[in-house]
Amino acid sequence: MILLYLAGALSIGILTFLNRNRNLGRVLIGLFILLQWFFTIHSLLHRNTYQFSFFLPDALAIITLLVLSIISIPALLHSYDYIYGEHDSPRTRGMYYGAMMILIMALTAAYLSSHIAVTWIFIEITTLSASTLIFHRRKAGSVEATWKYIFVCSVSLTLVFIGILFLSIALGNVNETSLQYARLTELAPKLDTFWLKLSFVFIFTGYTAKLGLVPMFTAGIDAKDKAPTPCAALFSSVLLNVGFVGIFRFYSIVAHTSVHPWANYIIMAAALLSVFVATVYMFKLKNIKRMLAYSSIEHMGVLMIGLAAGGIGYYAAILHLVLHSFVKSSMFLQIGHLYKTYRSKEINEIGNYFQYNTAGGLFLLISFIAITAMPPSGLFVSELYIFKALLNGGYLYILIPMLILITMIIWAMGSGIFRMLFVPAGEKGKTEPVNHIETGMQYLLLAIIFYLGLNPPAGFVALINEAISGLMV
Amino acid sequence: MTKILLIVFIISLLYFAIANRLMTYVKILALQGIILFGVAFIELIELNVVNLILILLETIIIKAITIPLFMRYIINKNNITREAEPFLPNSMSLIIVTLIIVVTFIISNAVNSFHIHKIYFVSALSALFCGLYFIISRRKIITHVICYVIIENGVFILSFAVGNEMPFLVNLGVLLDVFVSVFLLGIFINKVGDVTSDIDVSQLSNLKD
Repeated sequence: MILLYLAGALSIGILTFLNRNRNLGRVLIGLFILLQWFFTIHSLLHRNTYQFSFFLPDALAIITLLVLSIISIPALLHSYDYIYGEHDSPRTRGMYYGAMMILIMALTAAYLSSHIAVTWIFIEITTLSASTLIFHRRKAGSVEATWKYIFVCSVSLTLVFIGILFLSIALGNVNETSLQYARLTELAPKLDTFWLKLSFVFIFTGYTAKLGLVPMFTAGIDAKDKAPTPCAALFSSVLLNVGFVGIFRFYSIVAHTSVHPWANYIIMAAALLSVFVATVYMFKLKNIKRMLAYSSIEHMGVLMIGLAAGGIGYYAAILHLVLHSFVKSSMFLQIGHLYKTYRSKEINEIGNYFQYNTAGGLFLLISFIAITAMPPSGLFVSELYIFKALLNGGYLYILIPMLILITMIIWAMGSGIFRMLFVPAGEKGKTEPVNHIETGMQYLLLAIIFYLGLNPPAGFVALINEAISGLMV
Repeated sequence: MTKILLIVFIISLLYFAIANRLMTYVKILALQGIILFGVAFIELIELNVVNLILILLETIIIKAITIPLFMRYIINKNNITREAEPFLPNSMSLIIVTLIIVVTFIISNAVNSFHIHKIYFVSALSALFCGLYFIISRRKIITHVICYVIIENGVFILSFAVGNEMPFLVNLGVLLDVFVSVFLLGIFINKVGDVTSDIDVSQLSNLKD
């Protein structure tokens, strides 16, 4: 089935790339969404059965795949208005949609992959397709962002490959060449610890380019700033998730070895530094897209701290990942409307948003509550669990600086967003009306956060518990 | 025989440090491609036909012929000046690269694991670190791509150091990786040339906080 899906998605992608007709384009987009959902439901029904021996829809894959399939609908549909609003040539249109479909396909395959090298290959493909999307505007800024993105990601993924090679050295004395995650987890206690440590450092550093943690986070920031907003919505949610999946799967192997506490320290150091870096930049920033990108870094830092803290932190980390995906993607989509209204991303040039777009203004206000994890928001629940995990684990020296930093971030984000909403702006040119169906979709995404946080369905909780069951030693 | 080839490979890194012209860099890449083929051929002499064809494709066809030709095409097409213009003088580069090689020797002796072949490990790590050093010490975008290929060459050698053969699929992935990244970067350089007048990294530093 996975082969059929890959072939189907690839051919739809290529057809879209070649297509110049507007109506045919619509049909192809519809077909792609149908195929994506068909495959998602198929994986849901055939859980934990290997497909083509390299792909396994386990609980984590199902969770991330569902998030991807949900977010891909508004992203593709928002793109429609975006692309036709900007009067691009049919050729750039085809390239844009084709690249987006290939990106979604590669993400799907990377989530499902049960072999460490296959994950790596598909993450490599996400880099290539994502860089096409960043390059869409073809201005000096997007050229620079694309260059940085391709280069940093290629080098990082080379590091991941070196990590995989070291892992096979660690396997050396076991005489095993299979790199399936399940097999590796079984063999984990027998692995050579020195090479395993080295391999963990390389793989973790490499995947931080996708996840957006400290060593390699820079590429993602420029990418999210310069990419069209529907793409930025994908980059800041599902593309981060793929980095998380890569690290999580390797982490669950490490969790079965004596290296586990050491790995926790590495992750915590990187994650706390990320929160710190995000805080420092948040105070300086005057660009709303970059501010949201740094907020993603903060959230990824928080959830990785939760993962490293263990206990209930495992559950909280995955819950946080899912909720963050929805809130951040919907916010980026709304920034698209904001940009349409003001033709600017600079916070100082934007004001009185309520007056021009009441529904959008209200959305920004609610999403601010959601993103800063204030009580009715689902992220409040997951962050509370993370704090609890830190307290239980005796990590007070991490918890206190983190709480201070998060508080500062709330202040910095609040001052930016409230300025845009309430402070009168200077002269403003003509306003373009926004599409209210799109605003409706953003509200729906936001509603999912409140629903999942306050009243998580039993099936969802069971899925998360199954996903983290591998970590419980 | 492989030892001689790998020593030549390390010498090519030293030569890279003191070379002045872009075309010399491209020739070094071609030489490294041929060396890699020699190493792979001797190492994997008993391997089956499909794998042999794949290795041949990866080293000779792509690394030794296609990529250097493509680089030359880009350099000519965009009228990139022939000098490499490093930030540091060549003598400094030579000292640093020598230090890198010495340090990798010491590291690989310290590691002392019987699972790996030491000389492969030394040349792989030297290529990796030298590539990273060349990236930060050179100004032009095209040299960054060339240095990226050097890093990839190091990774290729490392996969031999590991000893047990990597699966077919992984090989295919590496091939795809090198092929696509280099060509994408190459095509992209042409586009950078359209936007900014000279292809220089210092032009690409407007995005910052």
